[in-house]
Amino acid sequence: MFKVDKKTKNILVPVVAVIAGLIVGALIMLAWGYDPVAAYSSLLSSALGNTNGIGETIRAATPLIFTAIGFQIASAAGFFNIGLSGQAQAGWLASIWVALAFKNLPGYIVLPMAIIAGVLAGAIIAGIAGVLRAYFGTNEVIVTIMMNYIVLYSCQYLMQVVMNKNLRVSTDATNNISNGSLRLDWLTNMFNGARINSGIFMALIALVAFWFLMKKTVAGFEIRSVGLNPFASRYAGMSDKKNIIVSMLLSGAFAGMGGVVQGLGTYLNYFTQTASLDIGFDGMSVALLGTGTAIGILLASLLFSILKIGGLGMQTLAGIPYEIVSIVIAAIIFFVGIRYVVELMFKDKKHNYDQPEKIAKISNNGVDGPAVKIGREGEV
Amino acid sequence: MNLTTMLALIVSSTLTYSAPLIFTALGGTFSEHSGIVNVGLEGIMTIGAFASVVFNLTFAKDFGSMTPWLGLLVGGVAGLLFSILHAVATVSWRADHIISGTVLNLMAAPLGVFLIKAIYDKGQTDNISATFGYWNVPVLSNIPFIGKIFFQDTSAPAWLAIILAFVLAWVLYKTRFGLRLRSAGENPKAADTMGINVYKMRYTGVLISGFLGGIGGAVFAQAISANFSVSTIVGQGFMSLAALIFGKWNPIGAMLSSLFFGFAQSLSIIGAQLPGISALPSVYLQIAPYVLTIIVLVVFFGKAVAPAADGQNYIKSK
Repeated sequence: MFKVDKKTKNILVPVVAVIAGLIVGALIMLAWGYDPVAAYSSLLSSALGNTNGIGETIRAATPLIFTAIGFQIASAAGFFNIGLSGQAQAGWLASIWVALAFKNLPGYIVLPMAIIAGVLAGAIIAGIAGVLRAYFGTNEVIVTIMMNYIVLYSCQYLMQVVMNKNLRVSTDATNNISNGSLRLDWLTNMFNGARINSGIFMALIALVAFWFLMKKTVAGFEIRSVGLNPFASRYAGMSDKKNIIVSMLLSGAFAGMGGVVQGLGTYLNYFTQTASLDIGFDGMSVALLGTGTAIGILLASLLFSILKIGGLGMQTLAGIPYEIVSIVIAAIIFFVGIRYVVELMFKDKKHNYDQPEKIAKISNNGVDGPAVKIGREGEV
Repeated sequence: MNLTTMLALIVSSTLTYSAPLIFTALGGTFSEHSGIVNVGLEGIMTIGAFASVVFNLTFAKDFGSMTPWLGLLVGGVAGLLFSILHAVATVSWRADHIISGTVLNLMAAPLGVFLIKAIYDKGQTDNISATFGYWNVPVLSNIPFIGKIFFQDTSAPAWLAIILAFVLAWVLYKTRFGLRLRSAGENPKAADTMGINVYKMRYTGVLISGFLGGIGGAVFAQAISANFSVSTIVGQGFMSLAALIFGKWNPIGAMLSSLFFGFAQSLSIIGAQLPGISALPSVYLQIAPYVLTIIVLVVFFGKAVAPAADGQNYIKSK
């Protein structure tokens, strides 16, 4: 038992969850005869041991920041958007398509067009779930997950059949974009050829924008308010239907942007996907671990991309299956989910015995005057 | 292709694709009636599929044609063990049901692939030799016309699942246990006051969903995919969840709507052989089951009533 105040507790819970998740991963590795120390050290050294690794780690964190913001906006309004993968995939294909179709225009025109296309595509996909939820009460968890599969197969069809043949190399991949890339020469050189790109600066701006949106604007206030208590919000004159749709559109827009940086920054083309994009579910995990704050999302996205990029090195160096990384991430989210148990380890520190809030917590059985219980040692 | 063979083809592939959904949706019904939302059915199916394939590969030579049936039990037990995570987290440790269920989904596929790599040193398993194959229902298959369509070369697990749906409907609505389970999901406080152990009922509900979901995954692996890889279970667990909502939380309704979803899934496989449908671009058939799931939810969700305390944690007062 440790005595801590509430603020420290909010930081300690994710920290404990991360440590516990890493321990679970170590136990599974031990059970199957792998060496966890070798695993984690090769993981760390390949993610952070050289400039290329660091560049790739930051590159991997970039889309996660966007998808995590997307998840968090919907979550603040009380919705569980697990269709981030599909929304990001739509954003990816749309942005690459636009960049390829208008390759003769100068970069400073193509880039904004491609970004807008990707963001809109993501917003529309998520918006469908929002509209269905608002007007028909359809469970958004199932709708968004079904949309993932619909987008997965539709993108394949769009690329292979609808897209102009001249824009793609084969039925499995498009051409590389020539204009509108997010790569910056000086950044690539600084990180020794890593695929890090200007998307990371956009992600940092997005984090500030997200904080400002949720904490300082009317729209953000309404979204949070509907999430906390839809009935009270309706009574206060906020439209729950409007807020459901707005939050899902914003959520999808950010998720779509995650796909855009993946397309215009990381791969520079679109190629056949056989399963839902990782950045969707990883972004959700980032948001859950980051407890929904901008700084938490930043730190969690860096942690998960260290695990992901390091995991690839771990597989090559130590010969341990890459999947252990995903197991560790799932375990971390499990411990975040059972924060009630984690919190039992920490006791609330009592600051001041005479705090008036203490009175309010006692059920009011008194007929006249406030219910004040006199405790031991002057405890109120 | 004449009418009888065409109908027989549609019915048998519908049954084959429905069987995993029926088992899983029945399990989900019990979990939801006890008050625990289980979006982890997808992950539970994955683990069931994994365990049954490993069992099948290892013991096919010892048990012969009994192997897939024993594989069902193995898959069920694996699913049950996996669902303990969800049960403990949601019933005892007050976790959010959606987050906990999502953890099962996040965990299952990598865990399965990790173990496959650890055991076989490759990313997906070989194909199993002992699959369910086709089966003729004794006696009934000799009925002219109907017998040929419904009972010849059909799926044995599907018929088992259909019978099970009626048994479980009886358990849920006509037995003392069923009443207690439902009361834990409708009004846990009242149930607790009447001396019913709400936590025990909720554990039981989740574990039943784990067992049946594991069987569902095992059926899918041993009747349809015939191996285990990261993309063995793609959305069937969520479809089962949609089926139980469409079926209004009733085992028989869940079974009937699973048959509908099974039909939608089988279309993308047999569509090419059916006149008229074969002219459509294949993408329409591929996305059909998912689109139909959404349409069905939109049209029917508003009229369905979930158990009153479904998804709410019950915290027993001291």
